[in-house]
Amino acid sequence: MSTQNVLFDAPGPRGRRAIMVGNVVGVVVVLAVLAVVARRFADKGQFAADLWTPLVHADAWTNFLIPGLVDTLEAAAMSIVLALVFGLVFGLGRLASSRAVRWVSGTIVEFFRAVPVLLMMIFFFYVFAVYNVFQSAYVPLAAVVVSLTLYNGAVVAELVRSGVHGLPRGQREAALATGLTSGQSLRSIEVPQALSAMLPALLSQLVVVLKDSALGSAIGYTELLQQARRLGAKDGNMLQSLLVAAVIFIVVNYLLTLVAGRARRRRRRSDSGQGANGATTAVATDVGVTPITGLGEGGRI
Amino acid sequence: MRTDGFVSQFADLFDEYDVLGAFWVNIQLTLWSALFATILGTILALFRISPVPSLRWAGTAYVNVFRNTPLTIIMVLLSLGVWTQLGVKLSGDFATNFFRFGVVGLSIYTASFVCESIRSGVNTVPIGQAEAARSVGLSFLPAARLIILPQAFRGSIAPLGSTLIALTKNSTVASVVGVSTETSSLLKNMIEFHSSLMVAIFLTFALGYVILVIPVGLATTALSRRLAVKR
Repeated sequence: MSTQNVLFDAPGPRGRRAIMVGNVVGVVVVLAVLAVVARRFADKGQFAADLWTPLVHADAWTNFLIPGLVDTLEAAAMSIVLALVFGLVFGLGRLASSRAVRWVSGTIVEFFRAVPVLLMMIFFFYVFAVYNVFQSAYVPLAAVVVSLTLYNGAVVAELVRSGVHGLPRGQREAALATGLTSGQSLRSIEVPQALSAMLPALLSQLVVVLKDSALGSAIGYTELLQQARRLGAKDGNMLQSLLVAAVIFIVVNYLLTLVAGRARRRRRRSDSGQGANGATTAVATDVGVTPITGLGEGGRI
Repeated sequence: MRTDGFVSQFADLFDEYDVLGAFWVNIQLTLWSALFATILGTILALFRISPVPSLRWAGTAYVNVFRNTPLTIIMVLLSLGVWTQLGVKLSGDFATNFFRFGVVGLSIYTASFVCESIRSGVNTVPIGQAEAARSVGLSFLPAARLIILPQAFRGSIAPLGSTLIALTKNSTVASVVGVSTETSSLLKNMIEFHSSLMVAIFLTFALGYVILVIPVGLATTALSRRLAVKR
């Protein structure tokens, strides 16, 4: 909305006519694209009822899609909790007063942010399988959770760091003035504020975790995508099953995005509502939302 | 003696497997996808900031759908749905066909993030800039060209940089669509046949990505700091 205001004036009569024409053209183009896709589906007989009806049967849901979704959510929930722990430890490490600790934490965080999650999953899958770290039934789950934890934990560590850096200097100065040590100030004054400012960003990160958990299908984890493939192979309707799985992912992630957006607005509102008192947290909010370290909203993939 | 054996075994691996070649495949995937994603993403961003409701709606719908779909599912849909079931072929040659499908999947997915990066850049421009441009008599196009877009572009460098980094790493997911020469497939092969060396093999690949990704991050951060509009 604000973008509109920046680029465009309120349209006059001529402008409104142009917008109307553009509107119609837009609708026609979108419909044309959809028509091409539908045509292709029809040509290949993909609208045939017997390809779609298995997906509304109870069997598809109770034996494939719902167990798959449960496994996806399970892996995502474990990963985000562990990532929070990992992120707190290494986020604090990056803020430590000891140079060696800062350097080690920084290296670990940068390393896990740079390595593709799929490579980690493949590696941990074989590590756990070859060295019998987990019972063989749990090896794919463990590989998925460990990989997602390491990558997202590194992202959370950056969120913690930028959240603390975004706090007003007075917070730390006041803490030190009351006699807290610098570590105590970090743990009991600065990080708690950064954490509450991080909540919306953390929810957005959960979307990333959910999406990346689908990589687990490459190492045989029975999450939603894998189950949809099994279902499609069983009924011979791969395209249709995958589309249903994609819709489930989109709905879950979209709802999470909405919740994250609401949390974000709520923080902003409560900050502005508090007036002078809220001024300190207002600064923290903004930084928590758009971390400086090259992890802007758009980059959260 | 053990270390000697380890080193020579490790060195033999590079004769046996083309590690650099695999990275080159990922770089090619990344560059082609970056090109197409930038084109598509810019068009979508224009849609989303245009005053035309239907285009805005189309842009928003695209972003909401593809930003929330796992890239893996897009890739599987392309290979098992679009290629196998709908019979769409992008090349007669198998390897080229898979490579192109990989580029298509990465581009479709990344375009939604490019769109959001550009839009967030436009959002960094304060409305006073537009009002000032209007009040000195600039009409729509000059105001956009001279005042708004240059600032918006600077604001979108950092998010575009992180999108490029994510794209580089995501290029490994092309293995799902059948690109069998890229790094994740090669890593899997090498670990499977030389499990005693797997830590060293993994660290080699990981280091390759660190070398690829960190300069991009440093460059875009430095660039966006240098070009940042001081407000």
